[in-house]
Amino acid sequence: MTDHKHEKHSKKSLDVSRRNFLSNTLKTACSVGLLSIGLGLYSRQASTLPSLALRPPGALPEDDFLGACVRCGLCVRDCPFDTLHLAELGDDVATATPYFTARKVPCEMCDDIPCVKACPTNALDHNLTDINDARMGLAVIVDQENCVAFQGLRCEICYNACPLKGEALSIEYRRNERSRKHAMFIPEVHADACTGCGLCERVCILEEAAIKVLPLKVAKGKLGSHYRLGWEEKEKAGGSLVAPDAEHHYNLPEGVHYDLQGEGLILEQDNQDTPFSSNPLDTLNQRRFENE
Amino acid sequence: MSEIKRIPGPAAIAAKGWWRTHKWLILRRISQLIVLGLFLLGPLAGIWIVKGNLAYSMTLDTLPLTDPHVFLQALFTGAIPEANAIIGVLIVLAFYLLVGGRVYCSWVCPVNIVTDAARWLRDHLGIKTSSQISRSTRYWLLAATLVLPIATGAIVWELFNPVSLLFRGLVFGMGVAWVVILGIFLFDLLVSRNGWCGKICPVGAFYSVLGHYSPLRVSAAQRNKCDDCMDCFTVCPEPQVIKPALKGAKDGIGPVILSANCTNCGRCIDICDKEVFRFGSRFNNREKEAKPKDAEITGLTHP
Repeated sequence: MTDHKHEKHSKKSLDVSRRNFLSNTLKTACSVGLLSIGLGLYSRQASTLPSLALRPPGALPEDDFLGACVRCGLCVRDCPFDTLHLAELGDDVATATPYFTARKVPCEMCDDIPCVKACPTNALDHNLTDINDARMGLAVIVDQENCVAFQGLRCEICYNACPLKGEALSIEYRRNERSRKHAMFIPEVHADACTGCGLCERVCILEEAAIKVLPLKVAKGKLGSHYRLGWEEKEKAGGSLVAPDAEHHYNLPEGVHYDLQGEGLILEQDNQDTPFSSNPLDTLNQRRFENE
Repeated sequence: MSEIKRIPGPAAIAAKGWWRTHKWLILRRISQLIVLGLFLLGPLAGIWIVKGNLAYSMTLDTLPLTDPHVFLQALFTGAIPEANAIIGVLIVLAFYLLVGGRVYCSWVCPVNIVTDAARWLRDHLGIKTSSQISRSTRYWLLAATLVLPIATGAIVWELFNPVSLLFRGLVFGMGVAWVVILGIFLFDLLVSRNGWCGKICPVGAFYSVLGHYSPLRVSAAQRNKCDDCMDCFTVCPEPQVIKPALKGAKDGIGPVILSANCTNCGRCIDICDKEVFRFGSRFNNREKEAKPKDAEITGLTHP
């Protein structure tokens, strides 16, 4: 009897302890599960890089970068110009990932790229061996209304600071419509060469830079993938794709014809021996000069 | 485990002196501070012996060391590490497989100083609150730290990991990481005794898995001398690991503490005035009570 009772009792306590074990396990698993969902969602939020924080040269696209970077800080340590920083907890860059702010300290584009060499995980792509191939971002003249070049003033300091002067940043001349006799020296960025080093942004004389390096994702538009540019397709195909090109006919006086793509109005040389030009414009111009 | 019988220490100091009551504790603190100091020497004094932090470091431009837990998380995001990171992880794995995974916790981790301080203060203030957090929580969290990289493609845990936050913070800049560390201190002080390191920290859980078969162990070699003062249970950050080894004689359990959660901190060796414990090897796990004179452990006596 007592044995039976004892057995019954121990079986009951076994049930209780099993129930306890299961409920405790479930409780722990659920709270950890909830916590991880929170962590995961927060990490999503934290992975949005502010538009003025730039990644070191060779950084993988942001999503891949956040998976590969182990936050060791060796790129920071090996940067000879103290350009790079590890984000501290509370910064708006994902905790402990390396970044730089061009306006404060830009990338000096070392030939040997020590930051990339230091990276143990390829978060900074070791295939980057020529710093000119780096694409840390793209310089954009974000404010034409305040850039002094657009006021017709001489500045060109961004152009002169650019390590790829002439390729990544050039000066284009434009007529100054205000003075009507000067040229404006307009800086123009070329995405095929700009590395996003930020030297231009650093030196901009404005209180708030008019040229800023933005992450490529922000700086660049993208043509719809269905777009086909007719002239490129034509060149690829070696001729018109739709119908043979029709030659355009102009209604012009005899001895005159017009080349749309080249020289413009062409006068045939035959009539040079007459005192009167066959070009009606000459007559018009002559009259105007005489009147003046 | 939130109630303690008495403040440990005086008995051991009376029996074997102050130094032998604090030897392993002091050595541990020195080890933790040397590790931190080596990393700080660069940024503070410009002497670059070690660069980086606990996630990955480069010593004298030749020796790479990689944290295997971080490495694994990076792998799980699909990242392909460089050779240096792989060499580094192999060196670290070999080391901890040998000396015990959680040696990381007690001899390297900077948070250990924080949680040890919290426990010391808690015991001296007589705070007796307790919480229902299971010691297995850390393993669930460990699983979560490894699943999150697969799910999100990012090393999520390293955004929050207080071990990294504190160590990296000291070496590179804290930000508001102090708040997290203060939180852990208060948690261990007020909410749960040994709460962070003993119940929650997935980094410790990872290293405990790593040290499952490590040969270097603490052994209760002279357990027949135990007078049940409970001091070792009080100082031990994982008290449940002691019991089988110390009290298992009648069940035929050997005197070596085999639990992977033992951190090899050696505090039980310090605190025992009967000198029951010593460092030894897991292979020397035979019963020695019969002839205590022969209980010399031939294995390692120093980590």
